[in-house]
This record gives sequence, C-alpha cells and structure tokens, in this order.
Amino acid sequence: MIDDTETQENREYWEYEPSSQPPYLTPNYKSTVIRSPNKPQYKLPRTLTETTGPLFTQDDLVADEYDLSVNAKGDAAIGSLMVMDGFVTDEDGRPAANTLIELWQANSAGKYHHLMDTRDAPGDPNFIGAGRAVTDSEGHYRFMTIKPGAYPVPNSGNYWRPPHLHLSLFGRSFMSRMITQCYFPGDPLNELDHILHGVPDVDAKERLIMTFDPVVGVHEHALGYRFDIVLRGRRATPMVG
Amino acid sequence: MMTDSKTTPSAGQTVGPFFNYALLRDGDNDLTSDGKAVGEIIIVEGQVIDGAGGPLRDVLLEIWQANAQGRYNHPADAPANSGDRELDENFRGFGRTLTDGDGCYRFVTIKPGAVPGEGNQWQAPHIAVSIFAAGLTRRLVTRLYFPGEDANDADPALSGVPEEDRMRLVGDVAEGSDNTVRFNIVLQGDGETPFFED
Ligand SMILES: [Fe+2]
Repeated sequence: MIDDTETQENREYWEYEPSSQPPYLTPNYKSTVIRSPNKPQYKLPRTLTETTGPLFTQDDLVADEYDLSVNAKGDAAIGSLMVMDGFVTDEDGRPAANTLIELWQANSAGKYHHLMDTRDAPGDPNFIGAGRAVTDSEGHYRFMTIKPGAYPVPNSGNYWRPPHLHLSLFGRSFMSRMITQCYFPGDPLNELDHILHGVPDVDAKERLIMTFDPVVGVHEHALGYRFDIVLRGRRATPMVG
Repeated sequence: MMTDSKTTPSAGQTVGPFFNYALLRDGDNDLTSDGKAVGEIIIVEGQVIDGAGGPLRDVLLEIWQANAQGRYNHPADAPANSGDRELDENFRGFGRTLTDGDGCYRFVTIKPGAVPGEGNQWQAPHIAVSIFAAGLTRRLVTRLYFPGEDANDADPALSGVPEEDRMRLVGDVAEGSDNTVRFNIVLQGDGETPFFED
C-alpha cells in the first residue's frame, strides 16, 4: 500500500532527461552566450537539503490574487479575458497539492509593469500582470487574466516573443523548484521563438503550449486554456516485507 | 496500483528580465523574523558576475537552509532522524532577493547547523542557492559553505567538486565585520563558480 498522506515524504528524485530541458548554452538566445557556465555541473547527492524546501498553503494567499484582471484594484484591465486552468502532478501523475504557483505576464499590448520595459507600447493602469495560486488537494489551480500581447526583443532583428505567461512553481522540495513559460496554441510566433525552441525534445516543447478548452472558460465572458504541469519527483517504491 | 508509467517533468524556461513586481516582496531577503530566530545572525552578501566580467543586475537568488540546530522546516526532516535538532518557529529557512544595478545582493539570516547526510555522515553547515536570470535558460544550483569549518573537508557535496575549485564554494569573511560572509557568483569563465546538476 502506498500512503498518500501529505506528511509522507518518501520520494525519489530522478535526474532530468537532458533533451527535455533547454541547455544553458542556447546560441540563438543571445544572452546565454556569456551567462552559461563553461564547466559541466557536478553531481549533488540527494540529501535532506535537496529533499526539503519551502511549503505553502492557501492561507499564504490573499483574496483575488488568482484574478489578474481585477487585482490591480482599479477598473477592468483592457484585453481579452481568459481562464488558465490545469493540474500540477508529479512524474507518477499523482496530484501535487499545496503547490504555490506565481504567474506574471505582459499586458494586452505586450508591455510589462516594469521600469526597464521602455518600449513604446501603452501601459494599463488597471493591469499589473502578477498573480498567485496554490493548488488544491487534487493538484488543481485556476487563474483569471487577460491575454498578453507579443513584444519585440530590442536589437534582435525584429524578433518578437510570442504571447506567453511566466510561471514559477515550488512543489514539495528544492528538487521540484522550477520556472517556466507557457504559450498559446496556433500562434505563428511560436515557431520562431528562440526560448521555446531551446527545448530540444519535440514533445517537451509541445507540452509548453496550452490547449484551447472552452469548457474551462466562462460562458460569453472569458476564453479557456488548459495547462498541466509535471514537477520532478515520484513516490519511492515502498519497501515490502 | 503500482505502475511504471512515468511522465517527464515540464521543461524549464528563463525567468526573463521583468519579474521583480511578481516574485519579490519587502523583507524576503531577511530570514530571521526581525531578529527573533535562534542562532548567530549573519549577513550573506556578494556580487553576480557574467562571462564578460561585468556585474549582472536583476538576478533572482533564492536560498534554502536548515536552522541553527541543523533542522529543516519540512516534514521530510522527520523526528525519527532529527536527533536533538529542534524546529524554530521563527525560522522558515527560505529567502529571496534580486541583484541591484551593481550586481550585488544581500541576505540577513542565521548560520545553519550541520545537517545529516547519507548514512551516518554529516554535512558541513551550508546554504543551498538557486539562481535564475535572463540569459539562464533554467535554474543554476550551487551551495555556500562557511570558512574555517573542519567539517568542510568531509562534506559529501563539496568532495564531489575538484579540489582546486572547492574554495570557490566557501564564503569569505568580510573585512571589518565578523558576521558578514561574502559569496560572489561567477556564471562563466575566470573564477567560474562550481555549479551542481539541477
Ligand atoms: Fe516574457
């Protein structure tokens, strides 16, 4: 029998499949050229340092954090309302409960609420573009937001990032901590994106693209997109007899 | 119930340059609960340098560590193997900060105790460090150790790093301050920090 209680932490953490993760040096993504280490990474034993990590609960959130369309506390944000909905699991497909997810993004004009984003697109005083959610016992999460715009990367030969959302997840330990981005199905910029295409494996790349799913949207109000996330870690095989 | 079906974890992607308004809150770099945590309060500070030798701004640094008694605030560090190591209600062990325009960062924390390693080994006091930045396609992982610790010599993670590079994971005592540990992180090239597999 497998004990699925929250406090049982008997887990194993496999190494990432190299083709499923972008290499540090990705020459088409220019700034990696002087920021990626030259030396290979050393093996790290799986100690308590790695199998523990900060934990969160719903109590860490305040109301409306999941709703980026209103959490700037002003009027309605400008743009196309959308729901992002999905499940976070471990590598065995078991729910990752009580996982903090932080979401941030550009506004509908492709501009970030950030002083260093100086391009000539309008800001939206009613949209900050930051939200948080904590998964429930089924690993389920849901955000309401507006669809972000594409934006050009300065001095890059008219390279535009496709519309995308940034996501940060913690899971149950230091080993499951990860930051990623997700993309919209059918956008022509996806094919040209150096960051998405830094992931070598085709399947791993496609899993960063959300699925259009009206069922998770809100009738005549918001479009629906599904995005499921798999965190590193699986239940260890229990010792029997 | 038992199956071997396994799904590969989702791919990581860069944190990008524009995240501070979403990921950082005032006080995230102080782990001591306004000084109430038990133990020796220390400052951990340093600079992040890129392969061109210049300081790198807007780097997200996260630290995770045990408390002064070497206990992690997490159920996997369970009472059965905790020994005398007690939890401290004023110490969670997680901190976050961002490098400034000069590539500099600063944490206020307490010096961690030694923590159990594999078998009956112990690990030298250390702090786990996650590094995210634009131009890093995913997380870099390293560890900070403390100068003058005899236990450093037998530490299982430090022992996996070539001897000539180990000192780069041991912080320096800052001049004129006996509670400040300096730890620079060099992403690439001369003096490159040893990183661990994520
Ligand atoms: Fe972005």
